Amino acid sequence: MKKKTLPFKNIIRKPARTAALTIIVFLMSFTLLGGTLAVMSLQRGLDSLETRLGADIIVIPDTAKSKVNLENIIFQGVPGYFYMDKSYVDKLAQVEGVEKVSAQYYLASLSAGCCSMPVQIIGYDPETDFSVTPWIKKSYGKALGELDIVIGYNVNKDVDSYITLYGLDCKVAAKLEQTGTELDNAVYANVDTVKRLIAAAKDTGINELSKKDPEKIVSSVMIKVEDGYGIDDVAGDINIYVRHVQAYPTRSMISGIADSLSGISGVIRVLIAAVWVFVFVLLCIVFAAMVNERKKEFAIYRVMGMSRAMLASMVLYEGVIISAAGALLGCAVSALGLNMFSTAIENSLNLPFLLPNMGALAICAAVTFVLSVVISAVSSFYAAVKLSRVDPGLILREGN
Amino acid sequence: MILKAEAVTKKYFRKSSESNFFYAVSETTLELREGSITEITGRSGSGKSTLLNMLAGLLRPSSGRVLLGETDIYSLKDKELSRLRNSSIGVIPQGQTGLDSLTVIENVILPSVLYKVSLNSEERAMELLEKVGIAQLAHSYPKELSGGELRRLAIARALINSPAVLLADEPTGDLDDENTKLVLELLRNFADDGVSVLLVTHEAEAEKYADVVYRMNAGKPDQIKGRPG
Ligand SMILES: Nc1ncnc2c1ncn2[C@@H]1O[C@H](COP(=O)(O)OP(=O)(O)OP(=O)(O)O)[C@@H](O)[C@H]1O
Ligand SMILES: [Mg+2]
Repeated sequence: MKKKTLPFKNIIRKPARTAALTIIVFLMSFTLLGGTLAVMSLQRGLDSLETRLGADIIVIPDTAKSKVNLENIIFQGVPGYFYMDKSYVDKLAQVEGVEKVSAQYYLASLSAGCCSMPVQIIGYDPETDFSVTPWIKKSYGKALGELDIVIGYNVNKDVDSYITLYGLDCKVAAKLEQTGTELDNAVYANVDTVKRLIAAAKDTGINELSKKDPEKIVSSVMIKVEDGYGIDDVAGDINIYVRHVQAYPTRSMISGIADSLSGISGVIRVLIAAVWVFVFVLLCIVFAAMVNERKKEFAIYRVMGMSRAMLASMVLYEGVIISAAGALLGCAVSALGLNMFSTAIENSLNLPFLLPNMGALAICAAVTFVLSVVISAVSSFYAAVKLSRVDPGLILREGN
Repeated sequence: MILKAEAVTKKYFRKSSESNFFYAVSETTLELREGSITEITGRSGSGKSTLLNMLAGLLRPSSGRVLLGETDIYSLKDKELSRLRNSSIGVIPQGQTGLDSLTVIENVILPSVLYKVSLNSEERAMELLEKVGIAQLAHSYPKELSGGELRRLAIARALINSPAVLLADEPTGDLDDENTKLVLELLRNFADDGVSVLLVTHEAEAEKYADVVYRMNAGKPDQIKGRPG
């Protein structure tokens, strides 16, 4: 029997008390870390969607179906396609304030025998592209050759393997970083590849394509706005002066989502704050009750010669051990849980959801851990110090 | 060592028609001499425990001083007083005082390891448990003990650091005649070895063992046996 072992004996031999305190600290750290990470992930998901789209303005054909298709591609992950005449690319380039234009080509593969899997195929023009190439460069240093494709993070294929699209074997040259958005399910290829795919698709008899010449169509036009011009102004001008197309500022398209997101984040933040206030009050009450329940025990320690400081530090020590266990558990469970279920969360929210990288996650977890331990240690210490100011002689007689 | 109460009082708030407070212990001077047992009897509520706790350094008197040797113990800092109580004042408080999460022998050892690493405290604790007759319960927990066994646990624990002063508040409370005798003899032996013993008790038998006897009456101890203090 050593003095050091006393706190451990008190912890182990009072399992119900220990479990109750551990659970409270567990819940506190679990909600704090889980909530914080959820808010961060939603924010990060939106940011990464915006950067991945990579353009200030997206121009698509002026039909309701195109808009729905585009939104489905971006937010729901439902492969789709729509086309307009290629001549619009030049018209758009003439609009004042437009710095760069680049066309993209959308094509949806089928689950039928011609294709390995149903995916969204996005074609870009390496000559003019500014929105996709920077991303591809991160994963693949060279230019893409014909029938080379780059796949999104969630496409279940390895680099250097082949995917059959409309009967053509396409080689996976690289896999992109994760964005936490539906674009993780897309496949990127250069314009030549996509034209060959469109031609091949025509042979399979997809209706819309059968009347069109792949050389004369595009799906959308990505626009970068010149410095000094307002994105909304340029988009407005396009909508006025170029007929039969519709221009959407990327941010406003996302901000529809962002609005609902900030609603969700707000709710989550309020919930976190409420849980914290609740748990903090609860902790103070619980520790005060615990110290009260143990006051005879503490008086006995004092009778045998334990000083106030020794008693307080023993209580602090016990508090730190218990809350460290609870906080560790809480942080681990919420970090692991979010990692395991992030795709499920993304699907159920229908929102981009990108967990912070390991470093940021570790920092959040560490801060939560320290906060949880400090709060519970302080509240137990405070209760113990307050009690130790009372003469043990007074406490002893209360117990009888 | 001599433990002395010099004109100590303890005042508590209690509303009555005359005043808002009363004296649980009114001005009292008494001395616990080395080698002698001082017994205090008296009715319930007469202030015996209050006096004992003040002597133990566990309850600050409203006025007066408590001296251990030359030291005014209430002038010490908490740290110093705690250390002094640990080494020199053995206290057996009234009531049950077993620590639930420690075994009987761990309960007894604990005071001996608070300020130092003690190598032979386990042997010594075993000896004391044998003396009070509960050695066979050394590894049981207080919950498993009877009231009388718990009293004896508290006695062994108060003695582990070989204190110069022993303050016992009804140590024979739950004991049968045989064990009462055993405990009183034990206290007598300690006194004979030079310890200053204070014994608060209702036990008539105790008077035979005591050198000085006070009867406490409404906060005032009257000496009824022994040399005048
Ligand atoms: N903290 C307190 N506040 C108010 N009154 C108190 C307090 N402590 C003790 N008293 C009163 O002081 C008186 C003496 O109490 P004390 O515990 O010393 O009695 P006692 O002689 O030890 O009695 P018993 O034989 O029942 O143990 C009692 O009337 C008690 O009600
Ligand atoms: Mg009493």
